[in-house]
Amino acid sequence: MNKQPSGFSVGSLLRRPETGSFFGLVGVFVFFTIFGGENFASLTGSASWLNVAASLGIVALPIGLLMIAGELDISIGSLIPAGSMTVAIISGHYGAPIIVGIVAALALGAFVGFVNGMLVIRTAVPSFIVTLGTLFAVAGLVLGLSVILTGTTSVALKAGPEAKWLLGHFIGGAFQVTIFWWIGAALLFGFLLHFSRFGNWIFAMGGDKVSARNAGIPTEKLTILLFMSSGVSATFVGVSQAILYNSAQVSAGQSYIFNAIISVVVGGVLLTGGYGSVFGIVLGTLTFAIVNQGIYFTNFDANWASLIIGVLLLLAVLMNNTFRKLALSYSPSKGKK
Amino acid sequence: MASPLLKLTRVNKSFGPIDVLHEISLEVNAGEVLCLLGDNGAGKSTLIKILSGVHKPTSGTVEMSGSAVAFSSPRDASDAGIATVHQFGGTFPLMSIGRSFFVGVEPTKGWGPFKFFDRNKANEIAVKAVQDFGITRIDDGDRLVGGLSGGERQALAIARAVHFGARVLILDEPTAALGVKQASHVLRIVNQAKKRGLAVVFITHQVTHAMAVGDHFAVLIRGAIAADFKKGQKSREEITDLMAGGEQMAELEAEVQSYMSAHDGHPPTIGG
Repeated sequence: MNKQPSGFSVGSLLRRPETGSFFGLVGVFVFFTIFGGENFASLTGSASWLNVAASLGIVALPIGLLMIAGELDISIGSLIPAGSMTVAIISGHYGAPIIVGIVAALALGAFVGFVNGMLVIRTAVPSFIVTLGTLFAVAGLVLGLSVILTGTTSVALKAGPEAKWLLGHFIGGAFQVTIFWWIGAALLFGFLLHFSRFGNWIFAMGGDKVSARNAGIPTEKLTILLFMSSGVSATFVGVSQAILYNSAQVSAGQSYIFNAIISVVVGGVLLTGGYGSVFGIVLGTLTFAIVNQGIYFTNFDANWASLIIGVLLLLAVLMNNTFRKLALSYSPSKGKK
Repeated sequence: MASPLLKLTRVNKSFGPIDVLHEISLEVNAGEVLCLLGDNGAGKSTLIKILSGVHKPTSGTVEMSGSAVAFSSPRDASDAGIATVHQFGGTFPLMSIGRSFFVGVEPTKGWGPFKFFDRNKANEIAVKAVQDFGITRIDDGDRLVGGLSGGERQALAIARAVHFGARVLILDEPTAALGVKQASHVLRIVNQAKKRGLAVVFITHQVTHAMAVGDHFAVLIRGAIAADFKKGQKSREEITDLMAGGEQMAELEAEVQSYMSAHDGHPPTIGG
């Protein structure tokens, strides 16, 4: 009787962090398939929301891991345009090889993430405030430097075919190549969170930072690494957008802040940390993208999308709370008595 | 005679101008339970923090098996074999039993960058460790720690400490938040830990619980040891009196008595 059957069971599925987001995703998918007509579920239709989901998802993944570890990073809102502008100024305005611009942009993301992490662990100021500071600082810096260096807030970028193929073309004319980067990132983060020991450390950090440190987990290093990964991911999205659209604007990322947080929370991650899953974050991102884009396939005014997202967020949080309680109160011996 | 497993000699601790602990001398042998009794604010938590490496003593020495030790971090203390279990046991309520059991020392399989957290092995070891302490109801390592009862969580935490080679077990108010039945479970586990040869420091303000498992008692009042005695040397009433400040309590009782007799058995009227 000591051995539990380790096989498949409906009960154990219900107790996973992503259960709520799965039902949410099915719900909105069915809703928009009914009201959006056949275009929504068609190949080009799904490309429209998959493309949105991909670039949002690449940012949402590290944000989700940070949230599980009990931190938050909103500086991504400035880092996305910062990444676009860096690659556009270096490789577009000054004509340096594209790889130099890309590396510089990613390095910038890593650097700002490093600063975020250092500030959070050194000052013990909540990461929301720290990254709010860097959000504005980076935004100002990008705007100021762009005007000084190029005299404009929008810079053109002509990427070569290799860079285009890797980061900015449409597969089959509709699907952005970033979708594959997103899948890759999800696999990588999924492995890290659920199958490597780092994942255990991240969960422990979010559960109780002091105990985690006492247990010998290098919480400070891990915090810095997580912030760096979200910085790099944000600038990566910026770079891929600049390459895709052949230009970069100074202000083109603020909406990502809330969208990423919504995706992560809808995906079943606990805001206070310690609970969540990569699969859930992916489902949450898809749900958000479907609502965001699906509205255009319906006869409804697109203004209603925000209402749906708002209601969906609240429902998701309530549903996730319920499923978390189920997971907590689960005990196999109760049923046997 | 072998030197005691853990020995404190004239330990003082002050935070700035405030003296929290004053000339604390204690010793615990292997296979012995030392009960540290004291009211809130008596300095119990500070003493625990010194033992578990969170604070350093301002003066005085801490010895383990006869050699002086100085912990610069909780990690140091646990490497030396001192494990501290706090009131609520598992501190990661949303992690599974297997995962929380191995926090920081995860078993892995695979090679190079593909080292997988070995979930089955972790669950198996964790469940077995807890069952060895008599908690047979825990049989699924995937259950979340937050779903366990208070007593089960304590058991899990103690089993974890023992599994990772703790020689000194510090239990901080393990029974405070528990019901009668749960508390007796925990006391039984404390006894088992003692039988396995661990030195246990049991911090509590519940005299009955202390009397049930203790071999040796120390009462802490305002940062100093007010009494230090062996099992059977003092009655429960005496210990309770000591903890509450002894004489003060007796004085208060006498005052009330004399007032009652002077006023025909009526309690004092307020504002009258």
